[in-house]
Amino acid sequence: MAERGVTTVIVGESGAGKTSLLRLAAGLDQPERGRIVLDGKVYVDPDVGILVPAWQRDVGYVAQDYSLFPHLTVEQNVAFGLRAGGTGRGAIATRVAETLRRAGIAELAGRKPAMLSGGQQQRAALARALVLEPALLLLDEPLAALDLQTRRLLRGELRELLRTLHCVTLYVTHSPLEALLFGDRIVVIEGGRVTQTGTRDDLLRHPRSRYVAELMGTNLFAGHAGVGAEGAVVRTGDGDLAVSDPGEPGEVYVTVDPRQITLHPHRPEGSAQNVFSGPILELAPEPPSGERIRVILGTRPPLVAEVTREAVATLSLREGMTVHASFKATGTRTYR
Amino acid sequence: MSLPFRLLLGLAVAGLLLLLGLPLASVVTRVPPAELLSRMTEPALLEALRLSLVTSAAATGLVVLLGLPVAYLLASRVFPGKRLLEVLIELPMVLPPTVAGLALLLAFGRNGLAGRSLALVGLSIPFSTLAVVLAQAFIAAPFFISAARAGLSEVDPRYLDAAATLRASPAHTLLRVMLPLALPSMLAGAAMSWARALGEFGATITFAGNLPGVTQTMPLAVYVALQRDVDAAVAMSVVLLALAAGILLSVRLAPSWLGPIYRARAGRR
Repeated sequence: MAERGVTTVIVGESGAGKTSLLRLAAGLDQPERGRIVLDGKVYVDPDVGILVPAWQRDVGYVAQDYSLFPHLTVEQNVAFGLRAGGTGRGAIATRVAETLRRAGIAELAGRKPAMLSGGQQQRAALARALVLEPALLLLDEPLAALDLQTRRLLRGELRELLRTLHCVTLYVTHSPLEALLFGDRIVVIEGGRVTQTGTRDDLLRHPRSRYVAELMGTNLFAGHAGVGAEGAVVRTGDGDLAVSDPGEPGEVYVTVDPRQITLHPHRPEGSAQNVFSGPILELAPEPPSGERIRVILGTRPPLVAEVTREAVATLSLREGMTVHASFKATGTRTYR
Repeated sequence: MSLPFRLLLGLAVAGLLLLLGLPLASVVTRVPPAELLSRMTEPALLEALRLSLVTSAAATGLVVLLGLPVAYLLASRVFPGKRLLEVLIELPMVLPPTVAGLALLLAFGRNGLAGRSLALVGLSIPFSTLAVVLAQAFIAAPFFISAARAGLSEVDPRYLDAAATLRASPAHTLLRVMLPLALPSMLAGAAMSWARALGEFGATITFAGNLPGVTQTMPLAVYVALQRDVDAAVAMSVVLLALAAGILLSVRLAPSWLGPIYRARAGRR
């Protein structure tokens, strides 16, 4: 379920089924089961035998490779949908000119797609879909085919553009950054199924799968809450966690902010109740400035910690080195 | 490449040149140019040429008109009996032309399947110019249809998907996306059909007969001329050769001037 004016990002690994979802919504593929309804209009309902073909749906689709018609100029490409729909010549000319201008590609109107750069093609493909003012806009990894620099530039532009739209927008990506940047709402797909939906904050605070936790850059455990010798405990497959009060016993998720984890070269004494040892698998500076370093540990359970550059220097942290990671029970968050 | 391999290749090429090139060269060099030119203005030759050009053009037009929808159907849909239709369309290519002519006669002749009904309307097809057109169309059809079908099915489905998401009905997609992108293949197919129609003999003589000015196309005229005046036959043959070579050459050259429009077409040759 998606709403107008809201950009819903569908994020997942390649092959998880994200493009399939868009194709179903566009009408390019047909589902065996399930219903697709837009603005109250039923597009697909196999039980009742309803199947609205793609060209009769109020949908705009921008494919990953843009699929601009090679034998038509940019202007003719953008005008294509209007002509197919039967709009008059004069009206077409005005709307197309306006759309090209707003997309910043007015001077490219007479060029063929083969003569455009990646970024220009993307703008043209977007213009071609948006000129029709669709009720549903489907974007399939719109930035994936671009080089880094162009991607950075268009990312900002696209973000601004999406803010101004009044349609339902579904944005498919495999990039966690884009998910966080564009997603008013985020839908996570793993292996063909939706594993979690929510806002950025929902996913950050309460990830419900390892993939989501990795997406958000946080730590996630799943286990059974109970009471142990020293207080509340969650028993996971990889070990026991000392947590702050989880409420009633039962199946819970526990998340630990990477910044709550401290690293020690030797086993620490003191009040931190959760200690796990293991090798450092990777040290990755966090953008933008690299002041904070992400430390990926091969502990059991696996952990991701975030420390300062100074700490790395002070402790002489190196990849392959064995460390002890600790965090307090109060540094955990438990939820169902 | 090793020497023996190169020798082998060279021998093969030489053999082919001998088989194909020598006869053609013999035709072209048999009659001195001056005499050739004067022969080419003979009324008999011009008559046959005019007839050939008119009928082959009409036959090609007919083939394109009827063949395009069929090519589209074959390229885009699956239906019961599709394989049978494919075989039917390919048959004229492998059938002996005289057999084709006989078949046409049996169908449209005075006592034929359709001939009887046509006779009632006063239309008698055999041994008329219309018969020539039909015979040529029958023989030439497969050339266009298979080329057009290949061209249409090679259009990248991504473009068809894009068109569908842009409110284009299947008809609009065919007209504005498939046909333009398949145009080079279709033009080549039409050219081949035309060339084949120009050279058609067996079906023409069987179904349409050999009436000068009415059904005596160039190939038939050559046949007749051979029996009395070889040089006249040679002159006509040179004209036919030149026409055929011209058509084939244009087909080869077309991609270079159509190219820029279709550079990004599906990346396939």
